[in-house]
Amino acid sequence: MKINLRNKRTRTDFLTYAGVIIAFVVMTILQKEGAISRSLSGQLVPICAYVTMAISLNLTVGILGELSLGHAGFMSVGAFSGIIAAMSLQSAIPSDGVRLAVAMVLGAFFAAIAGFLVGTPVLRLRGDYLAIVTLAFGEIIKELVNCLLVGYDENGLHMMFNLNGQKTVADLGLTENGIEIIKGAQGATSTTTISTFTAGFILVMVTLIVVLNLIRSRSGRAIMALRDNRIAAESVGINITKYKLMAFVTSAALAGASGALYGLNMASLQATKFNFNTSILVLVFVVLGGLGNIWGSIIAATLLTVLPEMLRSFAEFRMLVYAIVLILVMLATNNPTFKLFFERIRTRFFKKPAKEVRGK
Amino acid sequence: MSKLVSVQREARIPERDADKSPILECIGLGIDFGGLTAVDDFNLTIGRTEIAGLIGPNGAGKTTVFNLLTKVYQPTRGTVLLGGIDTHGMNTVQVNQAGIARTFQNIRLFSSLTVEENVKIGLHNQLPYSMWSGILRAPSYWKQEKKAHEKAMELLSIFDMQDLADHRAGSLPYGAQRRLEIVRALATKPGILLLDEPAAGMNPSETAELMDNIRKIRDMFHIAIMLIEHDMSLVMGICEGICVLNYGKIIAKGTPEEIQSNPTVIEAYLGKKKEA
Amino acid sequence: MEFLSYLISGISLGSVYAIIALGYTMVYGIAKMLNFAHGDVIMVGGYISFCATTYLGLPAVVSILLAMAVCTVLGIVIEGLAYKPLRAAPSLAVLITAIGVSYLLQNSALLIWGAAAKSYTPIISGTLQLFGGKLSIQYISILTVIVCLVIMAGLTLFTSKSKMGKAMRACSEDKGAAQLMGINVNQTISVTFAIGSALAAVAGVLLCSYSPSLMPTTGSMPGIKAFTAAVFGGIGSIPGAFLGGILLGVIEALAKAYISMQLANAIVFAVLIVVLLVKPTGLLGKKVMEKV
Repeated sequence: MKINLRNKRTRTDFLTYAGVIIAFVVMTILQKEGAISRSLSGQLVPICAYVTMAISLNLTVGILGELSLGHAGFMSVGAFSGIIAAMSLQSAIPSDGVRLAVAMVLGAFFAAIAGFLVGTPVLRLRGDYLAIVTLAFGEIIKELVNCLLVGYDENGLHMMFNLNGQKTVADLGLTENGIEIIKGAQGATSTTTISTFTAGFILVMVTLIVVLNLIRSRSGRAIMALRDNRIAAESVGINITKYKLMAFVTSAALAGASGALYGLNMASLQATKFNFNTSILVLVFVVLGGLGNIWGSIIAATLLTVLPEMLRSFAEFRMLVYAIVLILVMLATNNPTFKLFFERIRTRFFKKPAKEVRGK
Repeated sequence: MSKLVSVQREARIPERDADKSPILECIGLGIDFGGLTAVDDFNLTIGRTEIAGLIGPNGAGKTTVFNLLTKVYQPTRGTVLLGGIDTHGMNTVQVNQAGIARTFQNIRLFSSLTVEENVKIGLHNQLPYSMWSGILRAPSYWKQEKKAHEKAMELLSIFDMQDLADHRAGSLPYGAQRRLEIVRALATKPGILLLDEPAAGMNPSETAELMDNIRKIRDMFHIAIMLIEHDMSLVMGICEGICVLNYGKIIAKGTPEEIQSNPTVIEAYLGKKKEA
Repeated sequence: MEFLSYLISGISLGSVYAIIALGYTMVYGIAKMLNFAHGDVIMVGGYISFCATTYLGLPAVVSILLAMAVCTVLGIVIEGLAYKPLRAAPSLAVLITAIGVSYLLQNSALLIWGAAAKSYTPIISGTLQLFGGKLSIQYISILTVIVCLVIMAGLTLFTSKSKMGKAMRACSEDKGAAQLMGINVNQTISVTFAIGSALAAVAGVLLCSYSPSLMPTTGSMPGIKAFTAAVFGGIGSIPGAFLGGILLGVIEALAKAYISMQLANAIVFAVLIVVLLVKPTGLLGKKVMEKV
């Protein structure tokens, strides 16, 4: 039996695109027919945002092979720069759709800059040290945004840092027509929500195209080469820093766009939303979906965003159940005894075992 | 410790390369780790199409020499000229682009990628299309990728490995992994190829095949090959010049015949004869 | 004088971080895993001590011992049920499991004790007045620093002199070789978790004596900071964890006092990033050369 990996990959990519499109069409129709509950309907945009987050984090963790514990930080940068952009451009760009697109592009742009600033010095660290720095970055962003006061009026953007806890939006000196956009720890409290499920779907598709096409190109091969063996990659002339940074910044930019989508779906949003727990949540999507497995990330992100909602009948037990499910899944997928057990079931009932490759 | 004898012949390269400048010249190369001198006063010249051997007992510093040449370690002193260009201050990536490629003692493949992808990564710097062309699948992407595929297949055919192109590199048998590492190194278009124990773990018939292949590679690509090897039948069979290292220093240089009869070398390998 | 009082409060806060960081660093050194549930063991320790004093009316010292005992058992149980089956698994899988355990502990605490903050009675109250009242030091600060020094000295002695301590060091160097030398690796790892968890209980009591409001999430932020402290000092190194903890506490206290209350954590993390850039393996971490 000859396994043709190349064709298998093209097929997987194709199925991934097709799956997302079908899911979108089905959900849109169901929504039109009123066949889905309100709570699920409200989850559609967050699902798209988290799917994008999971795919983009998979680029860092699965494809590049570096653990990041601060991915929510980039989402935060994207969310708040997206909100500022969308709120300030209300009169300049009347169309919600175009404004959302601009906000997402700007969110991606600023998150990419943040990714570049963090990545340039930090990517020479390895393993757990890199992880801790990304964690630190996420916390720093959270606290910075917590101090941020932003408003907009005819004279343009007003920004201020509330370092001593004394200042309020009033200190920005906005004119009568001015709008208060971000109010320090209270966050953005009166955002006009313009995100739509369609926009979320488009973002997921763009993310898929960027990530999948990147992986199948020379740059993606270089990124995976340095994940598999850094020293060998250098020995064949691959510039480690360049490709690490490329993956990291791309991942940050996509997280930023996702943040803008998410932020513009919420009338009220605080910086604490994007804390360490959110970074971890996204990491859980990636690991459960399988490192480097884009399709898996999509499924895991969707299921785990919906799961707490489905567990609503357990009321206060739901997070407990979530924790237990998480531990059991990790044990089931990683313990040799469990794995063997599942492998046996699979080979007995589904298909022939994968044969060892015999070379010449 | 054995007494050091002076180097017997300086800068001798095969006659056919004599009219060309040497591909590699090491002058007084050395490195210290902390207070320990791992390699010292390493002088060697290799001709454009020479097959050279670097031998010596375990721990003599052979792999360290390779690491110095490929800048995995920066030398503490000395000069390495690659095709006449001083490699001082270059890093691993730059010396690779300047024409040096290697394999590793403990195989270092990109084991989760396919055989073909491993070779294509070797071709990386010969595929001039940008990240954006790749993401947007611009015409240059298709053109360059097609070229890469053809080139990779051509290189794999040296070892008759085309059929394995779509297999995962990590799932290949040991011998095939060693061969793939050589193909990947060749893909970077080196002027000199460094092979670190290419025959390790191979049986005699595989070793014989490898010897033929090393000669074949030299003749096909007109490049120099330097190899570290413990299998003396291979070293004596294909190397034109041999350099013997012990305790980080060169104790002998010469043709296989000269090395085989050199008392210092015999002493380094077998120990001193007991004096009555 | 003002500076001195900030410095002292920084050192004592840092001592709490140091005790937690010691637990992180020991577990990391031996099991090579980031035990994210460590912060939540602190919280459990706090609650046990709280229940013992408030509901059972036990004296503070007994409550501490009880908290240590419960946390030790908890540590061993967590290790045995969740981490031991994953000994050969990739480190990310273990990390995610640890996060699962962390959620589990937090939400169990939420069910048992509720979301509302409990007010913890400090084990020692009162302050020491110096220089005619110009400088006042809380007794709890002094106690914390002393406890931290004792623990640090004890651990150093334990790892360098005792048979189990040597086994731990052997396991942290090379588990396979340690096993071949007849060291029971699984048992050693269990003991390490037990010690780390007992330390967490002590840290929990001290932490709650500082900021007396006790919630299911009480342990997470100190946990993250102590983890940072462990990395700061060089993860795997016991003196490193101590140094990292103290420095982190001092930086935090001074940043709060002189720069910005709001940005104190951000400043702490920024210093961490700078230190790691200058010294990529932390202050006292060993540099590991990769063999080519």
